[in-house]
Parts: sequence; C-alpha cells; structure tokens
Amino acid sequence: MALLEIQDLRVSFQTRDGVVHAVDGVSLAVDRGRTLGLVGESGSGKSVTALTVMGLTKHPNASIDGKILFDGGDLLQISPAELRRIRGKRVAMIFQDPLSSLHPLHKIGWQIEEAINAHEDVSGQVARRRALEALKEVGIPSASDRLDSYPHELSGGMRQRVMIAIALVLDPEILIADEPTTALDVTVQAQILDLIRVLQDERGTGVVLITHDLGVVAETADEVAVMYAGRIAERGPLESVLEAPEHPYTWGLLQSLPRLDAPRTERLHPISGQPPSLIRVPSGCAFHPRCPYAFGICPQVVPPLLVSQPGHEVACHLPVPTRRGIGREVASKEVSVG
Amino acid sequence: MTLYIVRRLLWAVLMLLAVSALTFVIFYTLPSADPAALRAGRQATPELIAQIRHSLGLDRPVYDQFFIYMKNLVLHFNLGYSYQNNISVRAEIASRLPATLSLTAGAVFVWMLIGIPVGVLSAIKPRSLLDRVAMGASLVGISAPVYWLGLVALFLFASDIGRIRLFGGAGSYVSITHDPRAWFSSLILPWFVLAASFAAFYARMVRGNLLEVMGEDYIRTARAKGVSERRVIVRHGLRAALTPVVTIIGLDIGILLGGAVLTETVFNIPGIGRFAYDSIVNSDLPAIQGTVLFGAVFIVVANLIVDILYAFLDPRVRY
Repeated sequence: MALLEIQDLRVSFQTRDGVVHAVDGVSLAVDRGRTLGLVGESGSGKSVTALTVMGLTKHPNASIDGKILFDGGDLLQISPAELRRIRGKRVAMIFQDPLSSLHPLHKIGWQIEEAINAHEDVSGQVARRRALEALKEVGIPSASDRLDSYPHELSGGMRQRVMIAIALVLDPEILIADEPTTALDVTVQAQILDLIRVLQDERGTGVVLITHDLGVVAETADEVAVMYAGRIAERGPLESVLEAPEHPYTWGLLQSLPRLDAPRTERLHPISGQPPSLIRVPSGCAFHPRCPYAFGICPQVVPPLLVSQPGHEVACHLPVPTRRGIGREVASKEVSVG
Repeated sequence: MTLYIVRRLLWAVLMLLAVSALTFVIFYTLPSADPAALRAGRQATPELIAQIRHSLGLDRPVYDQFFIYMKNLVLHFNLGYSYQNNISVRAEIASRLPATLSLTAGAVFVWMLIGIPVGVLSAIKPRSLLDRVAMGASLVGISAPVYWLGLVALFLFASDIGRIRLFGGAGSYVSITHDPRAWFSSLILPWFVLAASFAAFYARMVRGNLLEVMGEDYIRTARAKGVSERRVIVRHGLRAALTPVVTIIGLDIGILLGGAVLTETVFNIPGIGRFAYDSIVNSDLPAIQGTVLFGAVFIVVANLIVDILYAFLDPRVRY
C-alpha cells in the first residue's frame, strides 16, 4: 500500500448558486521518493484535492466523502488535533504565490521557527539554528542575515525557497506542491523544480506536484494524473502518458504547449471552449462538449476509469485502438521525452 | 526618518497657520452676534459699544487683527484674552485640560476593552448568534446620538435624577487630585456614553479586518504548518488585523483631546469641549480660536505619531 492513498474522494460545496462538485470520485496514490504530477486546468479540482488532504478546505459548507489513507490511517476520520499533528510535520505543503503565502509582518526566521515549535519542544536557540540550516539547505545566500529579513525584502524565487524551507524543515514524508512555480520567472522555475527534486532525492520524500503545465510534469514526475472537471481523465507512468496518451483532453493539453522548434508560422492549438462550470457539470463525459471525437454515448454515460495498458488508466468511450492511434500521432508530433 | 519627521513638522506648522486663518475668516463671514455688543450688556449706548470695540481691537481690519493675533501667538505663545471675561485663553485651556484628558483616557480604555474582544469573537464565528447580536447592538451604538445617549444615561443612572441612582450625574465632576473616588464615579457615565459609538465602530472594524485577514494565503500557510488555531488567530490573524486599527485609535484620541464637545456639554464637564461650546455661544473669538487651534495641534500631532508608529508595526512601510 502506498504511503498516501486517496480513494474515491468527493468534495462538494453548497453555494448560493448551487452545489459545486469540485472533486468527484478521485483516486490517487503516491509513495516515498516518488513524484506524482497532478495536471489540469484551473477549476479542475487539483488544488481542492490537495487542500482536502491537508484538512484545509476552508469553505464552511464543504461536504467530503471517500478516504484519504496516510500511513494506514484515514485523515478524514481522525480528530482535528491528530490531523494538526500530521499537518506540517509529516505532510507539508507549499503554495502558488510565495509572497501572499508568507506573513508580511513576521521575519522569515520567525516563520520557520514557528513550524518547528508547532511540533517539537525545542529551545529557541535550537529552533533558530535549525531554521538557519533549513535556509542554507534551500540555497539562500547569506542565510544568517536572511533570518531577520521580511518576505517583501526577498525576490520571488527566494521567497519560494523560504516556503520550501518551512515545508521541509521537519523532514515530512509527503510534500504537496500546489503550482509552486506558476508565479515565478521561467529561469527561476527550473531552479525551484531542481531544488525540490534534489531535496526529495536526499530525503526520500513523496511529492505531489500540482500544475497546469505539462512541461513541468515532464521534467519532474514519475506518475501523472490528468484531472478534468473534478474527475481523473487519465493516469499512469510519465512515459506512458506522454508518449501514448489516450484521452482527448490530454491530447489537447499536449497540442496547446508552445514549442520552440516549431515553425513560426504554425499556430498554437488551444482546446476549444471553456472549462465547465462545476455547478452544472456536463452530462456523461464532462469533456464531451469540447471533445472533437465525441460521439453518441459520450453525453449520456460517464466513462469509467479503466486499465488500458499496465498501470495506465483512461476514462474515455473511444475504442482502444482508435485512442492509441490518435494518441501516438499526437505524441510523436508534440513530445520528445528524454 | 529624521528628515521625514522634520518635513512633517514643517507641514504641521503651515497647516496650523491655515487653520487659524480659516477660523478667522469663518468667524467674520458667518453672521454671529457682535462681540462688542454682547459684552456691553443690555442697556448699552452706541458709544460704549464703540469704545469696547476699540479696546478689543475689533475696529481694525481683519488682516490686521489676524496679524496681531499670530504675532502674540508665535512670539509669546499667547492665545489672547477672552472677550467674555478677560481671562487668558491659554490659562483657561490649561486648567481644563485635565478634565478632557480624564474623559478621553477612560473612554479609550472602555471602548478598546469592549470593541476589540467583541470584534474578534464575531469574526471567529461569523453569522453565529453572538455575531448577529453583537453586530446588531453595534449598529444601535453607532446610530445613537451622543447627546441622546447621554441624557438617557443620566435619566436612568444619575445619582440626582436617575431611576436607579448609581453614578455621579451632570456637573458632578471633580478633579482627580481633589477626590479620586468622586472623580471616578462622576466619569463612569460619560466614559461609557462617549465610548459607546466608538466601541461599536471598533467592533465592526476589527471584525471586518480579521475576517478579511483570515481569508489570506498566509493564514492557510500557518494552518498548513500545523500551528494551533488559537495561535493562528492571535499571532497571524490579529497581528495583521489590528495594525490598521492603531491608525484609527491615534486619530480618534487626537480628536477627543481637542474636546468631546457633546459629552462634555451634556454632562457639564469643565473640559475643553465645553469651553469651545461656551465660546461659540458667546461669540468669543479668542476662545474659539484657541480651542480650534488646540484641537488642531492634537490632531496633527496624533497623525504624525501614528505614521511614525506604523513604520514600526509594518516593516513594509518606509519613509
């Protein structure tokens, strides 16, 4: 059994406009030392899934079903106090915008020390020394001066390093990174991804990397899960999903990636239409209104997530040979893994 | 920082000059009673009025009067003498300052003690019964006029005319050095009456600020660290939510030190506000000018202190 296993998770919110089905039957697993890339558009339910694992879905009218098994126990069943002891200590999280995620009025050292003090009974001196070590480990220059800096005095990349230091200072078993590079410059993005990978290799942390960027996933993940409208469209090992994608939504994501080696005259291929409303999710396969391959059954029946190749599951009504054919064609044009 | 303070002080002087000039202009533009006629009494002859007018310098041109006033103020720190009774305005204000200080200090204490906890509790459980009751009550507190609230308080609790005779009523103020217990008793009603609208306003403000802050990303980070909810609220939420409140407190204190006119008038407390009220009723220009200038000084100084303090409370602010 994997270290973190999400089973048939359903999260919905009661709002004035109706019930929002943010997560609708998602199952995922991540193990020590592995990286799961969770991909999808905004509103596909990836962040809600992650926040639910942390017990941080802040909506007061959220209804949550399913299981989140961590090290054998169900995080949805344990008491808030027990969950708090796991949060930050054994499962840590970093967020998209490091500026708004760090407290603007507290020094960086204080914010790291607080994470230590929340879980361990150590002296102020020890906490400070460990905060300093953490800053050094994430590659912050003149770290001892930086302990007394405020977040606004650092660059975006440095701030995200601080967030990583906070998350990893207690050596958690799982790190959930929710779009950790989206708010950063491209050059800094690569540094941050490298840093996460290096620290993961050293410590054997399991990583859930949430992103809308398949390029990021291609560089870092071992497994990929593609989410659409709160459901998993396709999941499997990285090579399999990128080289033989079988879901039309994955094809669309691949085709909409800009490529440097494409001729300048070639236009990008965005996925047509808008992401669906999670209040009125389209019937049947939620992707059918935007899917160029949709046919009779698609608007009527929700496609189940079925094994197509070993370890590779797809939720699509298209016949398998057709899917494979189109998938390989798309991949050969768009992907060059390795 | 020093340069900033110096610049601000220079601006403050300019501001006070403008305030004095404006007070002069308003006094002479608005139809107020003739101070000389008021002073001359009921059966005054025109000659007497003219004589008084001359002795008060009221027959000189307005700009001349203003210049003489400013000269005395700047060179001798002299605020002039009351048209009413020839008492030095400066001495009068100084003698009334302790009463206004007592009233302000107590009221600030009361409204913070009520407003901040109520605001915090409301924000922690929004839409709860407590929140609804507190916010409903605060709406009443904000809407009720001070003079009405003061009269109701006197009617209910004053030791002379009240239904339940608990606290000192109007005109019972004595200085703290004279009789601390009577001082305290006489100020309880004014403190609560003056504090009512402020407490209500602060409760709503603290609630609003804290609710907004608790939705911030860094609150989510604090929770993700596994920090206890209590600590999340106090060290992360309140730390950010109360910083802007400091600004408002400073300004409110500055305004009140210039005289809480209505409260002091209703409770007949011999403070600066009461003095301002009396001097306006009597068309007593030097006294009006003195109280206005005095109030303006407090507001300008409070503003400056708040701005300097803010730089310490919020590291993002630099001058």
